[in-house]
Amino acid sequence: MAEAAVQVAGLRKNYGSLAAVAGIDLRVAPGEIFALLGPNGAGKTTTVEILEGHRQRSGGEVSVLGHDPARGEREFRQRIGIVLQSTGVELYLTVAESVALYAGYYPHPRSTDEVIELVGLAEQRDKRIGKLSGGQRRRVDLAIALAGDPELLFLDEPTTGFDPAARRQAWEMIRGLAALGKTIFLTTHFMDEAQALADRVAIIAAGRIVAEGPPETLGGRADAVTRLRFSLPTGSMLPERFGATRVGAAFELATAEPTPLLHDLTGWAIGEGIELGGLEVLRPSLEDAYLILTEAAVADLPEARA
Amino acid sequence: MSELRLALRQVRYENRAFWRNPVAAFFTFAFPLIFMVIFNVIFSGTGSDVPGFRAADFFTPAIIVFAVITATFTNLAMMVTIARDAGILKRVRGTPLPGWAYLLGRILHAVLVAFLLVVIVAAFGAIFYDVRFPWDRLPALVLTLGVAAATFCAVGLALTGLIPNAEAAPAVTNGVIFPVLFISNVFIRMDDPPAWMATISRLFPVRHFADAMAFLYDPRTTGSGLSGSDLAVMAAWGVAALLVAIRSFSWEPRH
Repeated sequence: MAEAAVQVAGLRKNYGSLAAVAGIDLRVAPGEIFALLGPNGAGKTTTVEILEGHRQRSGGEVSVLGHDPARGEREFRQRIGIVLQSTGVELYLTVAESVALYAGYYPHPRSTDEVIELVGLAEQRDKRIGKLSGGQRRRVDLAIALAGDPELLFLDEPTTGFDPAARRQAWEMIRGLAALGKTIFLTTHFMDEAQALADRVAIIAAGRIVAEGPPETLGGRADAVTRLRFSLPTGSMLPERFGATRVGAAFELATAEPTPLLHDLTGWAIGEGIELGGLEVLRPSLEDAYLILTEAAVADLPEARA
Repeated sequence: MSELRLALRQVRYENRAFWRNPVAAFFTFAFPLIFMVIFNVIFSGTGSDVPGFRAADFFTPAIIVFAVITATFTNLAMMVTIARDAGILKRVRGTPLPGWAYLLGRILHAVLVAFLLVVIVAAFGAIFYDVRFPWDRLPALVLTLGVAAATFCAVGLALTGLIPNAEAAPAVTNGVIFPVLFISNVFIRMDDPPAWMATISRLFPVRHFADAMAFLYDPRTTGSGLSGSDLAVMAAWGVAALLVAIRSFSWEPRH
């Protein structure tokens, strides 16, 4: 196995008597897009800021690109790029000047114009940052993080506050970075974001990892039941053998093997000359798994009171 | 040394950003001159125990003191706090640029502005009020200004650790410096203050900077014009402030 980009064992962070991060293990492979998914206050930002070297841990082992980030070594900072949840930038410099300013801190920077092109700000290249929109400034954040051509990129809630179109564009951009071979560690509280981007997801709740894996298997989703949902024209009766349950005006069938059931159902409908209205095949969503897992984690907390 | 080059590069970008806000830049330079004109008008009638010593003779070195303090102490305390709370310091902290190189860039830019202000105020005094610039005491003048600039930069950086957030920065900074300026022979010439006030004013570095500058500008001064003890007090403040700054400086926004 190749050396992990990020390797964390038993990481803890206490604020007074509160354990913001209560002993987590993580492993991110080089070239992977890894998402730390969790509700607000779950410990995402605390975790990512420890990995970036911005915070000191209370306990546990942390290795990022083979470095201990707590030591704040310059060589470590040369190899990572950071997009913080919110950061300021000099408003009176242009996009190109800002990227060039930060690029100058690194031994092998990427060309300024290339970085600006990557984040889609070519037209704003010579505009002052103070004159950019909020979404464009977020791209400047990304451009600055890319200026030093990092191996590993940390993105703390990269699309919070974006409109849906801007989020799609940001996702495209992040996929593009992964295609360049970068390892990407992102935090998000959007399930769809983790699902759309990540090779692997860890769900964090109340400072603990409650599930980890590729998004399609998370929370046992790979072997969970599939539901078929449809409605029938008035007057038609569904045979008993389907064992349907009513959900409002619609019917639902639950199965672990959707293919034969679907065949049976549609065969019956065609035979009867019936149209199955609004037919859907429903897989448990990541959102379902996420809500079940995070709610269970919070309920399990010793300090949780009824 | 590559870090030092990075700090100088930082000054260049800092300077570019500074001049792109022309209104702020204008008032940075006009502010001390406005004070100088007003004080000269208000106090021009007041007599002095020294024959021939005019208000302008007092206010030219005094406003140089004010200008240097504004450009270093006030500027750094406010702007570094604002940059901290905007997250700029934290962003820099995540890059390979050493923190000290970033701060040195800001300090050097502050000193550059202070230097320009000294030239402007001294020229203004010489041209409009016929106040002679002490060319013959230039080495002592440069040393005094250098010690003062270093001291007030350090005090300004130390103060950032005590300022809770960006919104409080102007109030705290002005609230600290203005009372001291008033009791330190800068805005008002105190010929006969109560003893306790004179004592308090001597505890702070502003009074010593003002006295050293007044001494340099005083036509009766003979010799090098250097006020060793005043410089020593300032330097002590500078070292103490540097230690406080190292201990209490924060790269993280505080909200």
